[in-house]
Amino acid sequence: MLLTLTNQFGATGDVISQILSIVYILFFVVFIFYGQRIQMYAAIREVEGSLYKLRFMRDEARKTAIQAIKDIGKPKDDPSPRVDRYLDYFTISPQGMDPAGIVNKLDHILDVRDTRMKEEVKLMAPGTDEAQVFNLENTLEAAMALNFIYKVVRHYYIQGKKTLSFYVMLQLQMILPMVMKEAEAYANALKAFADGQPIGDGAGPLVAAKLMHGHEVREVPKDCVAATIPFEGRTAIVLKAKGPGGNVGKPGDAVRTLIEENEGKIASVIMIDAGLKLEGEPVGEVAEGVGAAIGGPGVDQYRIEEEIAKYHIPIYAVIVKEDIGDAVSIMRKEIADSADKVIERVKNVVLERTKEGDKIIIVGVGNTIGIAQ
Amino acid sequence: MNTESNASATTNRISTFVVMIVVAVMVLSLVAFGLAAWAYMADNMTSAIFLTITGVIALTLSAYVLLQTRRTAVATKTAPAKVMTTVECKKCGTKNVRDFQRGDYVYKELEACQKCPEDKMIITAIYKEIKEKEKTYNF
Repeated sequence: MLLTLTNQFGATGDVISQILSIVYILFFVVFIFYGQRIQMYAAIREVEGSLYKLRFMRDEARKTAIQAIKDIGKPKDDPSPRVDRYLDYFTISPQGMDPAGIVNKLDHILDVRDTRMKEEVKLMAPGTDEAQVFNLENTLEAAMALNFIYKVVRHYYIQGKKTLSFYVMLQLQMILPMVMKEAEAYANALKAFADGQPIGDGAGPLVAAKLMHGHEVREVPKDCVAATIPFEGRTAIVLKAKGPGGNVGKPGDAVRTLIEENEGKIASVIMIDAGLKLEGEPVGEVAEGVGAAIGGPGVDQYRIEEEIAKYHIPIYAVIVKEDIGDAVSIMRKEIADSADKVIERVKNVVLERTKEGDKIIIVGVGNTIGIAQ
Repeated sequence: MNTESNASATTNRISTFVVMIVVAVMVLSLVAFGLAAWAYMADNMTSAIFLTITGVIALTLSAYVLLQTRRTAVATKTAPAKVMTTVECKKCGTKNVRDFQRGDYVYKELEACQKCPEDKMIITAIYKEIKEKEKTYNF
């Protein structure tokens, strides 16, 4: 019976060869008709695995945030319900159909968000000082990012499964390595934020702090500090966010204030920031260029560019290369060691591009968590 | 986050789907070995060699897949990095490196220096050291 059946499919020889031929043919038939579906199930399995990991990270982030609030803030009530509400907060960006004046609208919304978040943290953890409020806010922001990533990946996973759409699942599977990398970066950042440790993004503030340490420091709006120091025969106004709490300040407003204070008589602005490295480049490598080296939603970059264009001030940038994981997790030794190399680069720029007696502004851009001045 | 100690079972488990396929392939490879022995005893050398090769390839591949999956599961556990604090006296240059303590921050003033008691030690750096080498490529 089996031999007759196998002969029908063109298989000849002994029983074993015929069975193998049938298996071979069946294999082809199954893959022709169900190949895509098998691929989809493989994609579903891969996404499922990542979702388990994302859920674990999200839950751990929530636990870490709650524990940090309990340890630092000493609240009377359980902060968990407030934390859960915080994790679902959202910000609606302004309407861009008529883009004129959108920067001011975005700036206003970001200010409202910032104030609201800080007030929420203060309510959750009443026994905290300013720096601790900043650190807890950063911790909650990282937990919020993980919660958001988990929910978005889950959304597309369920949508793909519901519709059995190979392409939805395939797109999700394709971007998953990048998404997971970002999620892992946030998961690593949590501990740094909760303990107030410097992060990779603090490369700019670290350099600024090294330059201004031991000099008189004054506060500049908003949440920034500045010190006037002698630098290679020039006068440098060094600027950074006010530390050691987790804070990026508003360097756009601060640079504008400093330029206006000096009536535009600034020979150049030099910005130092952490810059995203390309794969293959070493962590902590220093590079220089031209332009406003600052990330974020773009408001500060806009303000700085407006001001330097108004007074025709040249602007230079020095960056410390690192990837997204390094930028939001505890500062690596290579990045901490690069601070001296950055200072040397800044010296070169100042000596080559300005004259003795000139006044310059040096801005250390980034999150100053764990770095005072 | 201490993922090493708190990793849940769901995070580290190996997909049952993959395990099922691997087990099925392993069973089939064992069947191939059995058939190879049977063919050898029946003086059918060609089939015996063919089935033995098939069995060896299937067994090797399934073992490799199982090992790779286990390696991925292990890779999800990441050990927390050791964070170090560098403490310096700016006057005499005394430098100590110790473990990070909560409340440390760069340029925090600490206790007086043992060599020059009129000056305070300050924290000059806080960083993590990554022991494992990054994978290098030829380009």
